[in-house]
Amino acid sequence: MLPEHIRSELRAIVGEQHCLDKQEALVAYSYDATPMQQSLPDVVVMPNSTEEVAQIMRVAAKHQIPVVTRGAGSNLCAGTIPVGGGIVLVLNRMNRIVEIDEQNLTITVEPGVRTSDIHQAVEARGLFYPPDPGSMVISTIGGNIALNSGGLRGLKYGTTKDYVLGLEAVLPNGEIIRTGGKLMKDVAGYDLTKLLVGSEGTLAIITQAILKLIPKPQTQRVMLAMYADMSQAARSVSDIIANRIIPGTLEFLDQGTIRVVEDFKQIGLPTDVAAILLIGQDGEPQSVDRDVERIAEICRKNDAVQIKVATTPEEAEEVMTARRSALAALSRMRPTTILEDATVPRAQIAPMVAAIQEITERYGLHICTFGHAGDGNLHPTCMTDARNHEEIERVEEAFAEIFAAAIDLGGTITGEHGVGIVKAPYLEWKVGAAGIEVMKGIKKAFDPQGLLNPGKMFAKESRNRVVIRRA
Amino acid sequence: MLKEALIDKLDYEELANCMRCGFCQPACPTFRETGYEAASPRGRIALMKAVADGVMEPDQDFVDQMNLCLGCRACEPVCPAGVPYGQLIEQTREAIEQVQEHPPWVKAVRKIAFTHLFPRQDRLYRLGSLLHLYQRSGLQKVVQKLGVLRVLPKQLREMEAIMPEATGKGVSEYLGARVIPAVGERKRRVGMFHGCIMDVLFNETNLNTVRLLAEAGCEVVIAEGQVCCGALHAHSGEREAAKDLARKNIAAFREADVDVIVSNAGGCGALLQEYDHLLAHDPDWEEDAKWFSSRVKDISEVLAELVEPDSWGALPGPVRVTYQSSCHLRNGMKVTKEPVSLLQSIPGATYVPLREGDRCCGSAGIYNLVQPEMAGNLLDEKMGHVAATQADILVTSNPGCLLQMKAGIKRAGLEDRMEAVHLVDLLARVRTKTGTASVERRGSS
Ligand SMILES: Cc1cc2nc3c(=O)[nH]c(=O)nc-3n(C[C@H](O)[C@H](O)[C@H](O)COP(=O)(O)OP(=O)(O)OC[C@H]3O[C@@H](n4cnc5c(N)ncnc54)[C@H](O)[C@@H]3O)c2cc1C
Ligand code: SF4
Ligand code: SF4
Repeated sequence: MLPEHIRSELRAIVGEQHCLDKQEALVAYSYDATPMQQSLPDVVVMPNSTEEVAQIMRVAAKHQIPVVTRGAGSNLCAGTIPVGGGIVLVLNRMNRIVEIDEQNLTITVEPGVRTSDIHQAVEARGLFYPPDPGSMVISTIGGNIALNSGGLRGLKYGTTKDYVLGLEAVLPNGEIIRTGGKLMKDVAGYDLTKLLVGSEGTLAIITQAILKLIPKPQTQRVMLAMYADMSQAARSVSDIIANRIIPGTLEFLDQGTIRVVEDFKQIGLPTDVAAILLIGQDGEPQSVDRDVERIAEICRKNDAVQIKVATTPEEAEEVMTARRSALAALSRMRPTTILEDATVPRAQIAPMVAAIQEITERYGLHICTFGHAGDGNLHPTCMTDARNHEEIERVEEAFAEIFAAAIDLGGTITGEHGVGIVKAPYLEWKVGAAGIEVMKGIKKAFDPQGLLNPGKMFAKESRNRVVIRRA
Repeated sequence: MLKEALIDKLDYEELANCMRCGFCQPACPTFRETGYEAASPRGRIALMKAVADGVMEPDQDFVDQMNLCLGCRACEPVCPAGVPYGQLIEQTREAIEQVQEHPPWVKAVRKIAFTHLFPRQDRLYRLGSLLHLYQRSGLQKVVQKLGVLRVLPKQLREMEAIMPEATGKGVSEYLGARVIPAVGERKRRVGMFHGCIMDVLFNETNLNTVRLLAEAGCEVVIAEGQVCCGALHAHSGEREAAKDLARKNIAAFREADVDVIVSNAGGCGALLQEYDHLLAHDPDWEEDAKWFSSRVKDISEVLAELVEPDSWGALPGPVRVTYQSSCHLRNGMKVTKEPVSLLQSIPGATYVPLREGDRCCGSAGIYNLVQPEMAGNLLDEKMGHVAATQADILVTSNPGCLLQMKAGIKRAGLEDRMEAVHLVDLLARVRTKTGTASVERRGSS
């Protein structure tokens, strides 16, 4: 509990109504979408402007109070859990679209704007903001930037980092900095914009962003390809790209996921196939048609047992249902759903899926895998029950092996969900001890008192590398 | 105490099924209004779970937050994990009710309403007669003129002003029959659920329901012994009372031996359809409850199935119609397409979609009386969208919503431009079939 005088300083900045410290509010901001994580803050503060954020930081710095910035709390790495108490700084009141600049093709937004609202606003003008995380109906652009979120269109269009041109941010001491701008070229000094993208709220608080827009693609088509063998699906992915076609969407579901989806939705998916690819292309109608044909051809060559190309919007909807229902279907199986994230070079998808399967069996768990085949970003998803402590321990061991397997295949421990608390013990596997030291140096330069999001990114102890026992 | 009561009532399994993804938040009106996590479905579930886990003691803030929920269940269809939020909030309210000490006057009102009035249809009819007398004798006008009503809260005043004309007789007394034959070939034997308030304040809608059903080829049975559905009880934490009512209704319709049980009020229909959940742990009634629930349909579903789309008569028009869907019809009964397709099939009517027509209007049972501020905000927002449709007729399919829409039209100063009508009453205006004499009103009030 913070002393009364500090709470009254905070109330003076944001107003009584937007400074919450009743039990009910503390509980409501004690969690995010990460399973099994919870910790109460001391106070919840909801500012409405950059200036208010700066003032709050000055109070925090003066009294050395930890601050956790929060958008929608939809992250899966425990990034917004206030492990050390302190202030949860909620930015969803700062949700204005400041400007859409059709001359420079940029949009300027406050951090609390929801990703899907950006899509709507720009698409209404024939423009396009491609990053589309699965959580975009609730996630905020601030959260997307802080976690460098990716989505279904990552392969062709890149992820959030590729669209952030400039930022306004509040430093832990309350100073306001501006980086980048409406510029496509800018090499003046270190690139602080890129440094803040993906910094997980540990360096500064993003209070405004200038994002790049592109023209909206004219049409979009989708298809499903089904395979009896995972490696044929993987080979199709490589072949499509080797043929110089970059699909807008290239997703996959493994057999476990297909079965659960079919059970749940009855959309007529064959449950004996090993993998399904969902492939979509957008652009000019003629080139889209041509690409779709060539992709179908490549899939057929790789022994796809069935190919379903949507010709009407209704059929397209049906095809998309398969991928969209994956999480819903899986999450209904057991009380706790752990949606994880590991990435490998796309040529390694088949060995990675095989490794996940082997580990799952060895630990006697229920893990299904789906994800973004095009960019090698996989979501092994474990259905379990948080109340079964023995099983949860096995889950943790199994995931440690899965992350290790990803690194062995030239991949990484997280492709889009971030490090937060959950992946912190594994970060050293990816970046090495020297890498960690450089990162800690950067953190010190921004935040010498260690106020912003403490406990995240850097674990007190790194996890020992598990021995991988492949069959 | 409240904590124990909550632990006892809450379905922990379902609380644990929430994965805190937050997908429910954009659908939630109270979250949209406030932006507070605690005022969202994810937040409310987290609060319930925190109590069950012993992380927090349920205090007055907890209770207030649970009361701020509309119970509109807009959060359910968008939840990937399929968490039955409606059941969780009912369980919570039941626990709160169990331990809550109401001030004496509230206790008295609740007792009258929940024990002496709603479950007793005969008393409701008597009250209806009195109300009718008040409205017809000119007393209402006098009272309104004198400004006596100023002592009432604004919400009640607004409601009084749009109160429909009450009756002291139910639909079966008016028709002088409990079984109304189908017009033409008999396609179904349907039991009509006439509701409690519905039969007193919206008697005409009930009559129209029988007419439309009969003309659609249904033999209509107005089962004797049916009572209030119990929705008001269930939503106010009186689940045991709701169960008693459920048993009476099940017995009545079992006896009537019908193929389908038709409701014309989304609020009632949703609970009728969930009687199997309500009585899930009652071995004597489990089976009958399943029989009952599986037969419940909304009137729009039955009409859309049995009436050829091109057989409706024309509205003297051109008129623009729009549709505010009732939360429980949509989120509880999952009926969304049929009312719209019926509206679209009326010649002379142009259907205009209502922006956010799937969002709660703020009526939510007696919510508008107990949470006037939130309800008022939601209603004002709603009326903004309604005005933008430039519709002549605003259609809904639940009495509570209909009253709220009428109040909203008045409040927004749109009375000269549009009217609010129950879907059934609008359809009754365009029926063209002959041979309807059998379904005419026999009595007079
Ligand atoms: C069902 C589901 C599907 C998902 N799908 C995807 C997906 O496809 N791709 C993907 O990448 N992610 C996905 N996610 C994860 C998550 O939704 C994203 O990471 C999202 O960007 C988080 O946004 P948020 O607004 O909820 O941020 P929060 O969860 O509130 O915060 C995330 C992190 O950002 C920091 N932060 C937030 N705002 C700011 C700010 N203004 N300044 C500085 N730091 C800030 C926080 O401190 C925290 O560390 C998914 C999550 C769920 C539950
Ligand atoms: S959508 Fe469902 S699972 Fe997700 S937070 Fe809401 S209730 Fe929980
Ligand atoms: S029932 Fe309605 S008001 Fe209550 S939490 Fe769900 S969406 Fe929000």
